[in-house]
Amino acid sequence: MTRHRTQRRWQIRQPSVLPGFGLALGVTLSWLTLIVLIPLAGLVARASGIGLSSFLALAADPRVIAALKVSFGTAFLAALINVVFGVILAWVLVRYQFWGRRIIDAMVDLPFALPTAVAGIALTAIYAPNGWIGALLEPLGLKVAFTPTGIVIALIFVGLPFVVRTVQPIMEEIDREVEEAAATLGATRFQTISRVLLPGLAPAVLTGFSLAFARGVGEYGSVIFIAGNRPYVSEIAPLLIVIRLEEFNYAGATAIAVIMLIISFAMLLVINSIQAWSRRRYGYGA
Amino acid sequence: MARDADSLNVQSATTESPLARRALIGLTLVFLLLVLVLPLIAVFTEALRKGVPAFFEALGDAETFSAIRLTLIVAGIAVPLNLVFGIAASWAIAKFEFKGKAFLTTLIDLPFSVSPVISGLVFVLLFGSHSVLGPILKSYNIQILFAVPGLVLATVFVTFPFVARELIPLMQEQGTADEEAALSLGASGWQTFLYVTLPNIKWGLLYGVLLCNARAMGEFGAVSVVSGHIRGMTNTMPLQVEILYNEYNFVAAFAVATLLALLALVTLVLKTLLELRFSDAISSGRRH
Amino acid sequence: MEVRVKNIVKEFARFPALENVSLDIRSGELIALLGPSGSGKTTLLRLIAGLETPTTGQIFFGDEDASQKTVQQRNIGFVFQHYALFRHMTVLENVSFGLKVRSGDRRPPADEIRRRALELLDLVQLSGLETRYPAQLSGGQRQRVALARAMAVEPNVLLLDEPFGALDAQVRRELRKWLRDIHDHTGHTTVFVTHDQEEALELADRVVVMSKGKIEQVGTADEIYDTPASPFVYGFIGESNVLPVRIEGGEIWFEDRPIGVKAEGHADGDGRLYFRPHDIEMLEGCGGCLAGIVTASRRVAGTRHVEVSTGASNASVEIELPIDRGNVDGSRLAFRPKKWTLFR
Repeated sequence: MTRHRTQRRWQIRQPSVLPGFGLALGVTLSWLTLIVLIPLAGLVARASGIGLSSFLALAADPRVIAALKVSFGTAFLAALINVVFGVILAWVLVRYQFWGRRIIDAMVDLPFALPTAVAGIALTAIYAPNGWIGALLEPLGLKVAFTPTGIVIALIFVGLPFVVRTVQPIMEEIDREVEEAAATLGATRFQTISRVLLPGLAPAVLTGFSLAFARGVGEYGSVIFIAGNRPYVSEIAPLLIVIRLEEFNYAGATAIAVIMLIISFAMLLVINSIQAWSRRRYGYGA
Repeated sequence: MARDADSLNVQSATTESPLARRALIGLTLVFLLLVLVLPLIAVFTEALRKGVPAFFEALGDAETFSAIRLTLIVAGIAVPLNLVFGIAASWAIAKFEFKGKAFLTTLIDLPFSVSPVISGLVFVLLFGSHSVLGPILKSYNIQILFAVPGLVLATVFVTFPFVARELIPLMQEQGTADEEAALSLGASGWQTFLYVTLPNIKWGLLYGVLLCNARAMGEFGAVSVVSGHIRGMTNTMPLQVEILYNEYNFVAAFAVATLLALLALVTLVLKTLLELRFSDAISSGRRH
Repeated sequence: MEVRVKNIVKEFARFPALENVSLDIRSGELIALLGPSGSGKTTLLRLIAGLETPTTGQIFFGDEDASQKTVQQRNIGFVFQHYALFRHMTVLENVSFGLKVRSGDRRPPADEIRRRALELLDLVQLSGLETRYPAQLSGGQRQRVALARAMAVEPNVLLLDEPFGALDAQVRRELRKWLRDIHDHTGHTTVFVTHDQEEALELADRVVVMSKGKIEQVGTADEIYDTPASPFVYGFIGESNVLPVRIEGGEIWFEDRPIGVKAEGHADGDGRLYFRPHDIEMLEGCGGCLAGIVTASRRVAGTRHVEVSTGASNASVEIELPIDRGNVDGSRLAFRPKKWTLFR
């Protein structure tokens, strides 16, 4: 087998003896184009057909702004809570041996496997005023279901595995020597965790946060049952898209979708830049 | 060098005090109980609230039956399509070096960062009655929205990255040495794939298909937008759950939900078994 | 500070790692723990540090029983094999860490911490790199940061686990000399673990040779090399030959003949004769000697190493010859050990 290293010829791929590159890439690109790129391009085309001034008018609709605030606000809060509990959970799973650890480890993926509509009605049943937990909170004046708090609960459910499954493998790779080094230098266990281990996990935590957050912003099925869906209070942006569609207001639906996509991608871009910066500086990321 | 954990002795330098350990485990258990376990239990207790006969009566409903059938049909089409795509994409990405590879990987992941509702919306905009394609489709009497093709398209979109994501890191870890060896022994490209590559990735493939299928059967937002909610016609199981729930037919809603919950549990058990038995044959760089 | 290890036994889940080990380390001494992997040398180091707890036995820092203290309280400096630098901290932050985590009045003021850290970085010749991150340093530089970090806490004892293990040969040799200079300058009691005998013999005041969880010998480089206390030390340090011999009437016999070596004071019986390849005298003719056919030879630097097959059992012995003897392949040689040790 001969391999010519032709410097002059511009090459799309490096030479390889394996066959099937053309076929595999062809199938991939065709399928990607048909299923993902054309439909998304259609959305962009439709949005640009609206015209800037009417787009801005649609975007400035107070109900739209309120819905976006609810979606991004609750997703942010839920992702934050998931970071706290997700890191603790990952720590417990990685470091401690106790009865039922494997079952709990498997359970963490439940939100990935359980259809969102099922999660939605189940959470509603528990946190409604007559539900198991809702009934306990009711006398305290705490309402969860049919309020933004309910949305946060649903998004915690949905986002938890993203944080745990991002942080867990990085935690497993922590070099014990680093912890021992901190201890030999006199650091207490708390100082070792807060000053040495957690900063080292920061990139992974950030990734987990952004994944949970992105998922939360777009989440629909688990939220609509528990949210109560009151306009301006507990109405999420994806639901408003559905409502606009049911009103045959395609422009309105498109505008909300485009705004959501722009904000989400901008955030992912920022987070990716932070990761790249971290990799350059500290030599690691997640 | 010998460095076994020696936890019985005086507190080691790299563990927390037993009290802190117990507190953390306790906190974790309470959190998981409130967030994960109770909802799962609630599905079953709510479904059986009016007794076992009512439960089965609800499941025997004709509309429910057609919802189950539709879900199986949609997943039965969408999953194999993404399986073929996933294998092709990971073959190209994992086994070759080419320009724009990182960008292609990002594009494949794109559906993960799009809201399910938007995933449905894009198809409504593409095939709806006042889209460019709408009138053409209508003149040929082709029904895509509010029919099985639309449901399949939305499901394929949503589950698009699952198989590829599982396979790409796995095939990257495995490298190309095995395939090169097979080729050097005179195997053809297809033989190499069938007898060398496929056996190497089969458990990872199964893992990806499992997750893809769970999502395909459980998808709600995207199919909700394209289905049109025609009873007995375009309602998948999750949509049937919603309709029954909104009609205050809670027992029936939760009865259908139990089937989906069982699907989730079976998925989790199989997934865990795969991870325990074949952890080395499933990518270690796996992330959801 | 002097460190005394007293009757330490350490058992891990299944096997004993250290069996009743005692060792006195003098204040200001540079001491090497030398042995093959699995000999227990790293376990001993980690026990002194407090990273492991002994099954039984005690460790004293001065007159104080350190075994009752946690690793944090012992105030030791530990340099890990892979350095274990904190990768999200700059070089300066790494070195200052041990002082910064002190509580209350034991913590020096911030500017004092900075001053001391910079001083140490100067000592380890890393001035100007204080704002770098570990990922931006070479292996040798990381090693020196790790040492500066360990010294910043003014440790009672400085412990180094295979300090040069992860470096390439060239850097190793440079850092070895440099570590000796640093030690002479600061005077910290220092214990380092190594499996490289050249490193141990060159660097340490005294070498502790360990094998299978026991101390075989403690001594200076000369003592260890010239008067090995056990067959293991003889075999492990430098090159050596072993021959099964017999003592009869104060004479050493190999097979059917005396080899011309007196073994006065040794009782009759079987034994094993150890001698080094260069501790021999060549003989012309043989009235009591070892003799045999040269089966192989190779040039090593300024001498020629020759393998000789001797006796009826064709026992293989390696000896060193001066280069000017020329090619000796296939010829017959006669020689006799000048310095030797007999183990029974």
